[in-house]
Amino acid sequence: MKETRTDWKSRLSPGVNAIAPSGIRKFFDIAASMEDVISLGVGEPDFVTPWSIRESCVYGLERGYTSYTANRGMPELREEIAKYYALRYGNTYDAATDILVTVGVSEALDIAMRAVLSPGDEVLIPEPCYVSYQACTTLAGGIPVAVPAKIENEFRITPAELEEHLTDKTRVLLIGYPNNPTGAIMTRKDLLAIADFAEKHDLIVISDEIYGDLTYGGEEHVCFSSLPNMQERTILLNGFSKAYAMTGWRIGYSLANPTITAAMTKIHQYTMLCAPITAQIAALEALRHGEKYMKKMVAEYDRRRRLIYDGFTKMGLECFEPKGAFYIFPNITSTGYNSNDFAEKLLQAEHVALVPGSAFGACGEGHVRCSYATSIDKISEALVRIENFIKNHRK
Amino acid sequence: MRELLELLEHDSRRPVSDLAAMLNRSEYEVEKQLKELEKSKIILSYNTLINWEKFGDDTVTAIIEINLTPQREVGFDAIAERIYRFDEVRTVYLMSGSFDLLVIIEGKSLKDVANFVATRLSTIEGVTATRSHFMLKPYKKDGVIIHDEERDRRLVVSP
Ligand SMILES: Cc1ncc(COP(=O)(O)O)c(C=O)c1O
Repeated sequence: MKETRTDWKSRLSPGVNAIAPSGIRKFFDIAASMEDVISLGVGEPDFVTPWSIRESCVYGLERGYTSYTANRGMPELREEIAKYYALRYGNTYDAATDILVTVGVSEALDIAMRAVLSPGDEVLIPEPCYVSYQACTTLAGGIPVAVPAKIENEFRITPAELEEHLTDKTRVLLIGYPNNPTGAIMTRKDLLAIADFAEKHDLIVISDEIYGDLTYGGEEHVCFSSLPNMQERTILLNGFSKAYAMTGWRIGYSLANPTITAAMTKIHQYTMLCAPITAQIAALEALRHGEKYMKKMVAEYDRRRRLIYDGFTKMGLECFEPKGAFYIFPNITSTGYNSNDFAEKLLQAEHVALVPGSAFGACGEGHVRCSYATSIDKISEALVRIENFIKNHRK
Repeated sequence: MRELLELLEHDSRRPVSDLAAMLNRSEYEVEKQLKELEKSKIILSYNTLINWEKFGDDTVTAIIEINLTPQREVGFDAIAERIYRFDEVRTVYLMSGSFDLLVIIEGKSLKDVANFVATRLSTIEGVTATRSHFMLKPYKKDGVIIHDEERDRRLVVSP
């Protein structure tokens, strides 16, 4: 047999070689092989999609809805999205020109970046943040610039902190609140300051608001593009994965000005063509009749949030009260471990899986992300196990 | 209060400490509210939903529609009371429509239940007709799906 010596790695695109595989899957194999593992590492709802949504999709299939749709998505769905934003936040999105239905926020994020970035453009990304932000930036030819958020500030970001990382190459600010992994939210006041900053430096703001409906503790989610003058310069991303427990359906959307939306649609039409029609039908049902189910799930997350926050506080781990998404981000430095070792040792000793904070950016070090999208019983049991671990394994 | 009731309706064994944390109140407050709710009969009892069939019991459940002649002054209430006092009777509802009372009965066997209906229920003064329906298979009871096949299919760790 002829020996081949091709260095396949060198044949890959430099963009791909520049990004590291997601740190989040590191413990996946160990955890997956354990019988009695309790996972607080899951970034998706434990609920199954509400039945009425599933049923509407089944009905659609039976009636033969199996074709492509318009590139931008079914007109009814876009109308419903526009209506929802008008009613809820007072936005004025035009279903014909400003909305693109995508295969999850994941696709929307990717094509938003590809639509607006030129090689070498810098993107300000507050960290800790969702694992895809840097990778999508790099793959689109941009340069991710991390802006560490501070725990003293409950992981909110301020214009002063952004300003420190601003250069003449900065074109985009990418924010994601309520935040994965910290559970932080931004108040209207916080966001107004960011809006001023964006205006002053003429930045496009990509706002990933996929957890917007999951906001608790008497707080109201503030939609960034609903702030004065912000609709035009914002690419707003949202989807059905989290609020409606529809992760596997792969359906999301972007809201942006007609020029940007047309540009994103161009990429979408050549690379994705359209989002699956089955998922679009389900999403339509979610918007039309799904709010009551969503509210019920939100109320349940809220109770779990308070239980887990109470649990961590009582065992003496420093942590701020998360107000959004379904994550809590306790500080584990008092145990003597770094995030990675803590997560690994905890998994081995007590069979509880969580994700080291460092997977979400360097400033996440010293923290771990715990998802409370799991049953109360499992949360209670996990809290007992974590407390045991801390007692017996303090370094 | 409503939230506390909803939590208990779902699981009445939750420790007060958990309830307090979930509701963002002190344990003392929750205890006090529970006492009040019990006293005012808003909380009627703390039951456990048991799948007796799975345990091995072969009980028979029947739904009986009953027609009544209402009585002067007390209407249906007096007859309803005569019926709901029987231990065999699990549930009694006054209904609108083509019959008046819906009664759910549990017995050891078909014969047992038929016997009860014939000798105890139909003979009550004011009962003009009964129609029995025997339950064959329960699918969902009090909001709980009996054989729920939905399980956690998620990956152990995801972004
Ligand atoms: C902040 C954030 N944005 C986007 C996504 C991806 O969502 P989708 O399922 O819509 O692609 C996730 C999923 O974990 C997320 O946490």
